[in-house]
Amino acid sequence: MLEDLFSNAALMIVLTGALVGVAASLVGTFLVLRRSSMLSDAISHSIVFGVVIVWLLTHEQSGPVQIVGAALTGLLTVFLTELLANTRKVKTDAAIGLVFPVLFATGVLLLNLYARDVHIDTHTVLLGEIGFVWLKTMTVAGMEVPQAVVWMTVVTLINALFVALLFKELKLATFDPELATALGFVPRLLFYGLLALTSVTAVAAFEAVGAVLFIAFVIIPPAAAYLLTDRLFAMLGIAAAIAVASSVSGYGLAVRYDVSIGGMMAVVTGGFLAAAFVLGPRYGLLAQAWSAWRQRYADEQRALLVHLFDHEATAARAEENVVSALRDHLSWKPRQAAAVLERSLAAGLVSRDGAVLELTDAGRDEARQLLEPWRRYDA
Amino acid sequence: MSEVFALLADHTVQNVIAAAVFLGVTSGVLGSFAVLRQQSLLGDTLAHAALPGVCLGFVVAGGRQLGPILGGALFTAVLAALLMLLLTRRSRLKTDAALGIALSFFFAVGVVLLTYIQGTPNASQGGLDSFLFGQAAATLRSDLWIMAGVMVVSIALVAVFWKEFKLVTFDPTFAGAIGLPVALLDVVLTTMIALAVVIGLQMVGVVLMASMVIAPAVAARQWVKSLESMVILAAIVGIVGGVVGAGLSAVGRNLATGPLIVLAVSTLVIISILVAPGRGVLWEELKRWRDRRTLRGRQVLVMLYQLAAHHRDPSYPVERGAVDVFHGLDTRAALARLERRGLVRPVHHMPDEGQHWELTEAGLSEAERVLTDVAPEAV
Repeated sequence: MLEDLFSNAALMIVLTGALVGVAASLVGTFLVLRRSSMLSDAISHSIVFGVVIVWLLTHEQSGPVQIVGAALTGLLTVFLTELLANTRKVKTDAAIGLVFPVLFATGVLLLNLYARDVHIDTHTVLLGEIGFVWLKTMTVAGMEVPQAVVWMTVVTLINALFVALLFKELKLATFDPELATALGFVPRLLFYGLLALTSVTAVAAFEAVGAVLFIAFVIIPPAAAYLLTDRLFAMLGIAAAIAVASSVSGYGLAVRYDVSIGGMMAVVTGGFLAAAFVLGPRYGLLAQAWSAWRQRYADEQRALLVHLFDHEATAARAEENVVSALRDHLSWKPRQAAAVLERSLAAGLVSRDGAVLELTDAGRDEARQLLEPWRRYDA
Repeated sequence: MSEVFALLADHTVQNVIAAAVFLGVTSGVLGSFAVLRQQSLLGDTLAHAALPGVCLGFVVAGGRQLGPILGGALFTAVLAALLMLLLTRRSRLKTDAALGIALSFFFAVGVVLLTYIQGTPNASQGGLDSFLFGQAAATLRSDLWIMAGVMVVSIALVAVFWKEFKLVTFDPTFAGAIGLPVALLDVVLTTMIALAVVIGLQMVGVVLMASMVIAPAVAARQWVKSLESMVILAAIVGIVGGVVGAGLSAVGRNLATGPLIVLAVSTLVIISILVAPGRGVLWEELKRWRDRRTLRGRQVLVMLYQLAAHHRDPSYPVERGAVDVFHGLDTRAALARLERRGLVRPVHHMPDEGQHWELTEAGLSEAERVLTDVAPEAV
């Protein structure tokens, strides 16, 4: 029965996409929080160099050698970038933008020169071939399992283990590297570990989604999760959930419109980000607009209460504490004045007698508290 | 020689060289502002984001015509810049994440559109892939007019707003304080990076265009100090890199143009960083080495002087072993250099012991001069 599952092409494609997404968002969460998301761009481009070199040497397109090669290439990228930035002739962002194109370009040229007409071509390098992952299988425990699924599972487990074992340390190093250093941890070392794992994930995901789409899986689900929660653990969980959901729905959409599966999965992650950006419970656009509206509403009501309180015991009362004064003295538009008044009447803070407005006891208390907050405890 | 002339008479080669010149000038000039404004990676994002525009332009025009394709590319690149702005202004995401999101999402949309077009029965769709890595040999005469147009527009913009751009680049706060529309100028400069990206599509392709924006500017920055000369030199570096890379690709027709151009300009960057007069890493190393030598000589000289002063004997002989022990290293070379300058001379103090050294008249006054500089009270 299990064997049937592994030979189900659609299921294997979705599973590969989901594993890529989960593995990538595990490391991506920390990259986004550390504000070094663009390093994933650099790494995923430059591991092409490593993949091609290892392929030329061993003719192995995946597997342990490729994974080690990828980790080394990723670290090489970071090392070269830092080397360039440390000469202080070039800013870090420019250094990133100089190093990875060189490695990527070298990789592509090597492909042009030595690998014409083989299945690892520049198209695969960029876009991946997730639609064909089920074609290449290997035997695991007597069953034929797609290679991509095997390697992605291994990498996902490694990433999960890394995050689970070093959760405390990663959290500290991410949010307060100075304190981490002072306590005797080595945040830089952790960071290098993270980048090495990013490279490893990139190479494992490479055949499935290619160099550029991988960036979407690293950055977008964690970014969407970041808009939804303030807790690291929840962020990891939400990011992984978004990645899985994107894989499933992306596959469906891609098959329906007959377009690139990997591309569609990445597009769907963008859809989730857009949803989080607009609908997020605290940081979403709607939530922000709602809280801005509520703030304005409260401010208007306070202005009305204080206005009435100020003139309550003065000679100008007959002129100030009337409905028309809201328009003439507070410069409110008629509709705005009517709305504020209606809400304040309904809240029992103000009472109305013809055109004359009067504070209720509750309204007076609130105005007094606003004007003389230090007297609050007297009441 | 006749082969070179035959090559230059070739229409394709002429087109390629002209296109490389247009590309080099535009990306060199506009890239200078991007690099100085620390927006190097923006070029990368906008380049990747041009891919869906390429596809849209193709669909609208119904074929591989450069005009609509570049128009579409400019449109989606600017859209990506706006998305970035929206994300950084209205959400808690930082610039790096916004860059990565815009890059990977737009690229994914591009991949989906690309596969969609490839699924439609359209005879001329084959050329679209070439916008990933560029294909210099495909440049037509009519394309040159468009590229020249983009170049003229961007140079005219830079010339007209030179003062404003310069100020916004180096001191945006001051620019705002004297009433310049900083936000608008920001938008214009960002749009211009999109222009630089668009002109490179045909030659370099979307994936490696980042390098073409950054590299000429970084190389030029090493040699000069003023913005005027930097912009001009960056244009020249861009031309050289572009012509060399595109030329190689046109001759050896199997190699992608983009990677070759990237490697050519990156080589110029490395050379510039190493040997640029005054600023280059090699010069710095040389200066450091010289300084170290001078310092070592002075230390030995002053030591001899102080021993002489302590023993109240201007020609007090000191054994080399003693000098070595005092400085903790071999001072043979330093003593030999001092001897050549006539500041010390070897003496045979006692026949059984090793070589001894004493100060000459000149050495005495040189030691006094050095000491007066650093520690007047010790003379």
